[in-house]
Amino acid sequence: IQRFTKPDIDWDDLEASLIAGDLGPKLALQIVSDLQAQQRKLHGADIVQVARDHVRKILPESVPHLTPFADGRPKVLLIVGVNGVGKTTSTAKLAHLLQHAGHKVVLAAADTFRAAAVEQLQVWSQRLDAPLVKGPPNSDPAAVCFEGYEMAVKTGASFLLCDTAGRLHTKHNLMEEMKKIHRVLGRKDPTSPHEIILVVDATTGSNALQQAREFHKAIPLTGLIVTKLDGSGKGGVLVPIQQELKVPTRFIGLGEKVEDFQAFDSKRFVDELL
Amino acid sequence: MFSLLQEKLEDAFRKLRGTAKISESNIADAMKDIRMALLEADVDFTVTKDLIKAVTETAQGEDVLRTVNPGQMIVKIFHDELVKLLGGGATELDLSPPQRILMVGLNGAGKTTTSAKLASWLKKQGKRPLLIALDLYRPAAITQLQVLGQQLGVPVCVPPAGETDPVKATRAALKWLDEQGGGVAIFDTAGRQEVDDELLTQLKQVRDLVQPSETLLVADAATGQQAVAVASKFNETVTLSGLVMTKLDGDARGGALLSMRQVTGCPVKFIGVGEKVEQLEVFHPDRMAQRILGM
Ligand SMILES: Nc1nc2c(ncn2[C@@H]2O[C@H](COP(=O)(O)OP(=O)(O)OP(=O)(O)O)[C@@H](O)[C@H]2O)c(=O)[nH]1
Ligand SMILES: Nc1nc2c(ncn2[C@@H]2O[C@H](COP(=O)(O)OP(=O)(O)OP(=O)(O)O)[C@@H](O)[C@H]2O)c(=O)[nH]1
Ligand SMILES: [K+]
Ligand SMILES: [Mg+2]
Ligand SMILES: [Mg+2]
Repeated sequence: IQRFTKPDIDWDDLEASLIAGDLGPKLALQIVSDLQAQQRKLHGADIVQVARDHVRKILPESVPHLTPFADGRPKVLLIVGVNGVGKTTSTAKLAHLLQHAGHKVVLAAADTFRAAAVEQLQVWSQRLDAPLVKGPPNSDPAAVCFEGYEMAVKTGASFLLCDTAGRLHTKHNLMEEMKKIHRVLGRKDPTSPHEIILVVDATTGSNALQQAREFHKAIPLTGLIVTKLDGSGKGGVLVPIQQELKVPTRFIGLGEKVEDFQAFDSKRFVDELL
Repeated sequence: MFSLLQEKLEDAFRKLRGTAKISESNIADAMKDIRMALLEADVDFTVTKDLIKAVTETAQGEDVLRTVNPGQMIVKIFHDELVKLLGGGATELDLSPPQRILMVGLNGAGKTTTSAKLASWLKKQGKRPLLIALDLYRPAAITQLQVLGQQLGVPVCVPPAGETDPVKATRAALKWLDEQGGGVAIFDTAGRQEVDDELLTQLKQVRDLVQPSETLLVADAATGQQAVAVASKFNETVTLSGLVMTKLDGDARGGALLSMRQVTGCPVKFIGVGEKVEQLEVFHPDRMAQRILGM
């Protein structure tokens, strides 16, 4: 009798909020039914907190930091993703972050395809005062990364950041091109690239999971950067990506400036999701 | 291309087709599957709800349960409802004076690329397109438009050196236009988030100066639940006249288009189907509905 006096839980409203955050309808429904199973123990007033805890449990408590190699080898980061998500901007942001921590960085402009993609990264390299390696229009992006590695060794840089062209995960030839970049970098150092970061736009809905699946299948991802979290898109899709592929979100983008960049904090993320 | 949404709907309807006699609860079950499929296709939560409600009502009104093939009947009702939602209104580009097209949208949606695509399309129509660079913020955004203009042989208006104010750049561009002696002007603006009031106010000032005949919202096919907020905020700020959905060459199901169409009432004028300038297509509501339904 006691339990009927408890405030009602608006399950539809909870489901709607989860879906509105782009968590995906499957995961949203799963969470709702998990919580419904323990309904007797729940109050309407704490349902949001309980749902938050439930989502947070899916995410890792902490994610690895970017540290340079002790033996002086350059650590290679390959930045990949579909068109327009924020790869070039995030490459600049990462460079800024690493420089701020006292590390030397070399940039490789491996998008040799899109109009003024090289010029875009070049502007950032000038602003950040980080050396840039580039190739002629439509040249082999793998060669640019290879040269980038040599430049990093020559200048004693601890990090090489390779910005690649946007490619839809459905385009076979472009995915093969990316695999080639991966292979060619391995010739200099068999463990390179050491980080393969998929950039995901928080504006994206369920397709981001499909993007992550296909990129991860082609080359093993080590993390995500979720961009444009300054907009109203909540980026909830990073949760099913973590759940299914175990690829953690490492950084988030919060604007167009290099400073608008932070290490991922799952507590803050979940608080803003719901 | 066979999308997951199509598969899902096919599944739902196949289940219906398989049943000799269909009950109200069969329909309710199918609607649950369809709801899931629409949400997975990134159709907005509320838009999905309304759509399901409308289709259920029509299905009941037409007494679907008594028809020989209820599954097909529901497919047809769904298809017609989607076409109605996606279509309606003129889809031709409005090229009446002053022949000015303003491109707006979120960061990275495809505005600059679509500006070049439109220029190429207009050129093929025998028109004289002109490109105007108003993105003074993104590094090398002006160069990007210049490169594309050069490839197409289309004049590009670039802002005065060192100009950082898009409103002043717009004034300069309008002067430049006067000297061009006619043509269809395409204004490429900087990307911005719909929650950024400062940048939206700036866009409104640009719009008020340009007085465009077309204001096109460019949106990525993979847009999620943010779609309604984006479309309504941009519409409120600059009064949209049309939508362009880009990157439909991928496997994103593009459900956001339904939501944006619904919330703005604006027709979809073009779709982008690749990175190259010629990869722009005229929008066909019927094809899109069929693509969604897998027919
Ligand atoms: N608001 C906001 N804008 C961002 C963020 N990250 C990137 N952008 C913007 O998104 C747009 C696209 O960014 P880019 O870095 O060029 O994206 P990209 O993935 O390199 O694009 P392609 O190389 O063409 O595939 C630009 O307008 C950026 O300024 C972010 O965190 N917030
Ligand atoms: N596959 C594909 N890529 C597209 C399409 N339209 C644009 N792109 C790509 O999407 C990315 C972003 O395009 P832009 O035209 O720079 O986008 P934008 O809206 O001008 O970006 P900002 O000015 O930074 O806000 C580029 O890599 C384009 O090549 C399309 O229809 N299909
Ligand atoms: K956001
Ligand atoms: Mg780029
Ligand atoms: Mg642009």
